[in-house]
Amino acid sequence: MNEIEHKPVQLTEEEKKRLRQRNIALAWLLGAMVVLFFIVTIARLGGNVANRMI
Amino acid sequence: MSNSALSETSFASSLPQGGRGTARDYLELLKPRVMSLVLFTALVGLAVAPGHINPVIAFAALLCIAVGAGAAGALNMWYDADIDAKMSRTLSRPIPSGRITPGEALGFGSTLAAGSVLTMGVLVNWQSAALLAFTIFFYIFIYTMGLKRRTQQNIVIGGAAGAFPPMIGWAAVTGTVSIESIVLFLIIFMWTPPHFWALALYRSGDYEKAGVPMMPVVSGERETRRQIVLYSLLLVPVTLLPGFLDFAGALYTGSAALLGLVFLVLAFRLGLTPEGPSQERVAKHLFAYSILYLFLIFTMLWVEQGFGVALPAGMFGLAG
Repeated sequence: MNEIEHKPVQLTEEEKKRLRQRNIALAWLLGAMVVLFFIVTIARLGGNVANRMI
Repeated sequence: MSNSALSETSFASSLPQGGRGTARDYLELLKPRVMSLVLFTALVGLAVAPGHINPVIAFAALLCIAVGAGAAGALNMWYDADIDAKMSRTLSRPIPSGRITPGEALGFGSTLAAGSVLTMGVLVNWQSAALLAFTIFFYIFIYTMGLKRRTQQNIVIGGAAGAFPPMIGWAAVTGTVSIESIVLFLIIFMWTPPHFWALALYRSGDYEKAGVPMMPVVSGERETRRQIVLYSLLLVPVTLLPGFLDFAGALYTGSAALLGLVFLVLAFRLGLTPEGPSQERVAKHLFAYSILYLFLIFTMLWVEQGFGVALPAGMFGLAG
């Protein structure tokens, strides 16, 4: 029978630090993407929102 | 534990362990130094293109080009990890040094490549996104996988990948590919062989060890020096084309001629230098100057066009 022993992954303190560092970098990246898409949308719309027919 | 479980465990332990890389290691995968030159030439392409682009969209375009170039760099490092491990210049890169696994680099590069192209399409225009996608495709599939290990013409044809960025910048503004942007492409295309062969002349041992058929390894140093001179003779007239095509004036053309003259002097000096330590020194001079040369050529084009200090067009009476 094909038995595979599953052990929980034990991260060292250094690995935990690096994981946290990568997660923070990814969070900043995603945040920056959201801001970029928002600003470009505003730039593309320009004055059209204010000048629209009401 | 069964035998098969044991063999699977030992197989798993023989695999490189992931999750070790720092954010800095991932940044290194993007080849930031190459990216900076790509970004600069794209910026000039964007700045000298006719028409108007919103600065925010221009920023988004440059960001996408930078990320796309970085993604291509990461995918190149993934594919070339085996030869990188054999060359002293590349031995400390994240994959050969074991900080990042090949799988992580592949995932990272692919995600950024797809992300940069799609973002370019949505935020800028689909013409420039298509060019960006083609550039990444060309660099990975044509150059890295196809040419690099097979032919000594690898960097001649593969150089096209590095020459596309100003065209992408141009297309971001105009939505088209025109003769002017093709000239910008040609300048970098013709510049690449003498630039890389100068480097290869004093790194040929590295390339030989890795089995990469660079010109000095396959055809010898004498033939390489001859080819450097020939390509330099082609390069300088190409850099003068913007003046003849009237999208640059006397300031650019005069500077390009002067800078080209220095390039030719260095190339001929290398061509006449016999093999040995003096060849290495002269090759290093040409390599260093070639970087400055490309930077100054594009800077002059930008200064003249982008900042509106162009001298009267039609300097050669060809404006019609």
